[in-house]
Amino acid sequence: MKRILLAGIALCVAAPALAATLSSPAAEQKAFQSYFFNKFPAVAHDDFVNGPYAMDAGMRAQWKDILQFPPYQFSIDNGKALFTAAFPNGHSYGDCFANKGIGITQNYPMFDAKSGKIMTLELALNKCRTDNGLKPLDMEKGDIADIEAYMASTSDGKAFDVKIPNDPRALADYRAGEAYFYTRRGQLNFSCASCHVQGAGDHLRSDVLAPALGMTASFPLYRSTWGNTGTLTRRFIECNTQVRAVPAKADSDVYGDLAYFLAYMNNGLPVGGPGERP
Amino acid sequence: MAGSILVRASSDGTATTVQALIHHPMDSGFVKDASGKLIPAHYIQVVEFAHAGTVVLTAFWGGAVSKDPFTKFSFKGGKSGDALSISWVDNLGNKDSTTATIS
Amino acid sequence: MQNTKATVRIKSGPALTRRITLSGAAATTLAALFAPGFKAALADTAAPMADTSAYPAKAFAQKTKDDTIAALFNMTATASTDISFDAPDIAENGAVVPVSITTTLPDVTAIAVLALGNPFTLAQAYQFPAGTNPAVSSRIKLAKTTDVIALVQAGGKLYSVSKNVKVTLGGCGG
Ligand code: HEC
Repeated sequence: MKRILLAGIALCVAAPALAATLSSPAAEQKAFQSYFFNKFPAVAHDDFVNGPYAMDAGMRAQWKDILQFPPYQFSIDNGKALFTAAFPNGHSYGDCFANKGIGITQNYPMFDAKSGKIMTLELALNKCRTDNGLKPLDMEKGDIADIEAYMASTSDGKAFDVKIPNDPRALADYRAGEAYFYTRRGQLNFSCASCHVQGAGDHLRSDVLAPALGMTASFPLYRSTWGNTGTLTRRFIECNTQVRAVPAKADSDVYGDLAYFLAYMNNGLPVGGPGERP
Repeated sequence: MAGSILVRASSDGTATTVQALIHHPMDSGFVKDASGKLIPAHYIQVVEFAHAGTVVLTAFWGGAVSKDPFTKFSFKGGKSGDALSISWVDNLGNKDSTTATIS
Repeated sequence: MQNTKATVRIKSGPALTRRITLSGAAATTLAALFAPGFKAALADTAAPMADTSAYPAKAFAQKTKDDTIAALFNMTATASTDISFDAPDIAENGAVVPVSITTTLPDVTAIAVLALGNPFTLAQAYQFPAGTNPAVSSRIKLAKTTDVIALVQAGGKLYSVSKNVKVTLGGCGG
């Protein structure tokens, strides 16, 4: 069904020296951000969270139109109702989070010192459920996306502030995410970077490829193609599938690591979620 | 979800601008699901907007109106605090209605 | 990105039935429905509720421009420069194409949008009572690159304007 036409993107361009050659995540983050700021000098820095809309004037005009009354409004409302409702044991989602879960999206994903693993907001919400005796939710769409939409709406405009604490396991998680991002995979042998670094701003069929900088900052997203609101995990699975690679499991460590790496690159950019995309 | 209709209606003293978003699949009947089966047509056919007992806009829609349809229009009159009612009915006979307050 | 502040959220009321029904109207044309007597008939005090008695089902089942216009208005359209029709040159997604129509023509009674490349030509039609400004914005689906036509009925005559919209990602059929 979803055939992709790869002609037209300059995929063979040498990868910029972003990966692994720099010593610290902080230095890598700086180089990563400068690469995109230099590549797209006309794009305001905060605008990178708007992905394809920062790249194309025609799409931007339609987006502005749609934002008059964005279709994710229903998700925010439903998410708020779910978020504030009490579990059978009397607790609620807010009890599982700092500041009762309000205005905290910019701090996720977070390194969990207990397990040594990365907690994305999705994983944290599901952990909250299982800790309270409830079943975990589907990580791609539905209630979890709506709850995240509500939570993101309480963080609107706050700058991403993802931390890599001084713990070798946190650095290892970051490195694993970084490696996943730059590794080629699938029958088409593409890395995430092939499309979202080298190809950023180019057209792929009807899509304009979002630059990797800011690309996780507006999740969850209402995509017209999906017809509803979906999570970052859903997008990861879709991008893996597009290059005919076997996606990881929705709740896998590696997707957490990947989200961690990308969100760390976003530090300083505003929370743009919930977002809207074609 | 409680209620399918979100409305913003605001008056500038002489005219009222109405924006409405309705939660509805608007299935055209031409789209197949993941298993290749056609999703049956399911779309809103009529939407009525009324102020002070008088219709201010009637919309007739087919399956080519987008999912979660959006409508924006304006009418003369209406003031802050007035009620604006919106109701819809779809091809399966489902209905919903709401009354919003003009701001 | 969200804009929640101005949202008015209200519970649904009970479904009332509109007191005025236009029996058999579905089969008739909108030209008849848009006759002057229609508006007066609706000047009812209870909040009127949507019903399908006036739904132009026949017009929505047509597959050509001419048949649709005939079924909907029973008259022919002339091109007009007094209609402003705002639609993108290239739709970012055929499933959600914003379209806005506004006109300086007086006495507007109806506005309709036709998408010639869709399985059924008519996308939507609006009835404008006196006092409603002759402008409407909405979002439609386009199955493929096509001419989209805005029709405006004003003063008993029909006017049109056309615009080509390029669609690279189809809206899965109107
Ligand atoms: C074949 C090219 C291709 C590859 C490889 C690819 N993507 Fe994508 N990606 C796309 C397209 C096309 C879109 C939709 C348009 C857009 O927003 O960029 C997209 C969108 C995204 C988005 C949403 C951006 C936004 O602002 O809406 C994210 C996040 C993303 N991809 C992450 C990844 C990750 C992580 C990988 C590696 C696992 C990856 N992509 C690999 C093509 C690709």
